Amino acid sequence: MLQKIKNEIVESQIFKSVFRHGYPDNDLDRAYAIFSSVFLHIHPVKVRRSALRMRYTFCLGGITLFLFIILAVTGIWLMFYYTPYTGLAYRNIKDLQFVIFGGNLMRDLHRFAAHGMVLFVWLHMTRVFLTGAYKAPREFNWIVGVVLLVNTLVLSWTGYLLPWDQLAYWAVTVGAKMASYTPLIGQNGPWGPQLGFLPTNDIMFMLLGGTVVGQNALIRFYVLHCVVLPLVVTVFLAVHFWRIRKDGFSGPL
Amino acid sequence: MDEKVTREIFPRDSRKSYGLVELMKKTAPIVKKEPEDTVYVWPNLLMIEIICAILVTVGLMVLIQFEHAPLRSLADPSTTPNPMRAPWYFLGLQELLVYFDPWYAGVVLPGMIIVGLMLFPYLDVNPKGVGYYTYSERKFAVFNYSFGFAIWWITIIIGTYLRGLDWQWYWPWSNHLEHMNPALVTLIPLHLIFVNWFHVSEGVGKLFGDIIFVGYFALGTIIPMIVWKPMYKAMGLWRYLTFSFFFLSMMGVALKIVLRLLFNIKYVLVTPWINI
Repeated sequence: MLQKIKNEIVESQIFKSVFRHGYPDNDLDRAYAIFSSVFLHIHPVKVRRSALRMRYTFCLGGITLFLFIILAVTGIWLMFYYTPYTGLAYRNIKDLQFVIFGGNLMRDLHRFAAHGMVLFVWLHMTRVFLTGAYKAPREFNWIVGVVLLVNTLVLSWTGYLLPWDQLAYWAVTVGAKMASYTPLIGQNGPWGPQLGFLPTNDIMFMLLGGTVVGQNALIRFYVLHCVVLPLVVTVFLAVHFWRIRKDGFSGPL
Repeated sequence: MDEKVTREIFPRDSRKSYGLVELMKKTAPIVKKEPEDTVYVWPNLLMIEIICAILVTVGLMVLIQFEHAPLRSLADPSTTPNPMRAPWYFLGLQELLVYFDPWYAGVVLPGMIIVGLMLFPYLDVNPKGVGYYTYSERKFAVFNYSFGFAIWWITIIIGTYLRGLDWQWYWPWSNHLEHMNPALVTLIPLHLIFVNWFHVSEGVGKLFGDIIFVGYFALGTIIPMIVWKPMYKAMGLWRYLTFSFFFLSMMGVALKIVLRLLFNIKYVLVTPWINI
């Protein structure tokens, strides 16, 4: 009975128009399933048996990617309830905490997946380092990886401001203050004032859109956090995976 | 795989649509193994990935039963929390503010960490140890990576657990509600020590500091060039100089932390523009 229903589905015109191959219960269709899918074709069709051993990669890169996907999904969900306006942002978060169904769940998931992503990016980098996987011909992919690490940190930091509570406000104030000490282009940095950089035109002003953390800073961080940086990460992730396939895998895969 | 095709056993025939095995130098992954040693990604690898994703989801779900995303009171520009902590992944940098001026700890040093990490594959000329875990074949590289991240994690731990009001040093058993007397610790630039010890003028004292600073980098670069000649030869001049600069800067951070915590030294290098 079940077999019959399955056959009906798998052989229907709709199924075939979408997948263009049968159910992957034979080798040919298993191969098709991988390389005819835009999502799965980052894999090769076959891997060596030893690649199934977990004690080489510990799935660290994969976990990082999965956490990024969780962050994208929960992040988009949170965007429906959030207004990047200083008069409303904090109240929106309070609503998420006490009024909106699933608000706490999504916010907690987003927060801890973010912590997890920072941690797992680092663990993944350590694994790549310890197995010498950054050596020729994979040097450039290591650079892409470092770019992704920095992006992950900046993403976390820009997201930190959005709840607009004391934690957010002061952590970002301290971080932005740091930018004002940038040599040459910061108001407080070495040779900054001599080159004509003031509180109203230096790098910190550019970052915050003002001299203090306020409405302009909130909207800047919001756009960076929700649009610009996730896009940058996605592009570099694509390059990262592409290079793994092109350069080959370092280990027993 | 960098194996070169050395010889074609079966010359390619344009009338045939298939080719046959080629001979590879060294031990290529598939050499001497049947093609059947490989398995299909569907379902073998995909199943592992799905299990992994489920475990991560379950882990997160369990975690958020015990810990919730924090939310303090509404942002208030007129009330500064004390102590004011950055997110944990930036606490290492925040802690470094104790040891360096902000332009160095907050801007130049993070920049150097990023650039240094990016340069690592180009500075590590040891061809060994690709594709497996090994310490014995690449001790120095592993040492460098571990040392850098040891500083990173130790400063994070100090920032999280050992800093209290006014970012002063608090032990876990200290009273975290009581302000420490800032007069307990007097920081002194190194050159004033020379002024006191040798009764020289402040200018000469600063010159001593500058000589120590420049000497640290100069001798730190030149001595290994002579002592570990094979290493220098293998790296070449520019690669070695770049490596030396980043290596000595990293060691310098550790040295400065020790100088500051044990001897209360504020600056080594003192110039009208920058102090380190």
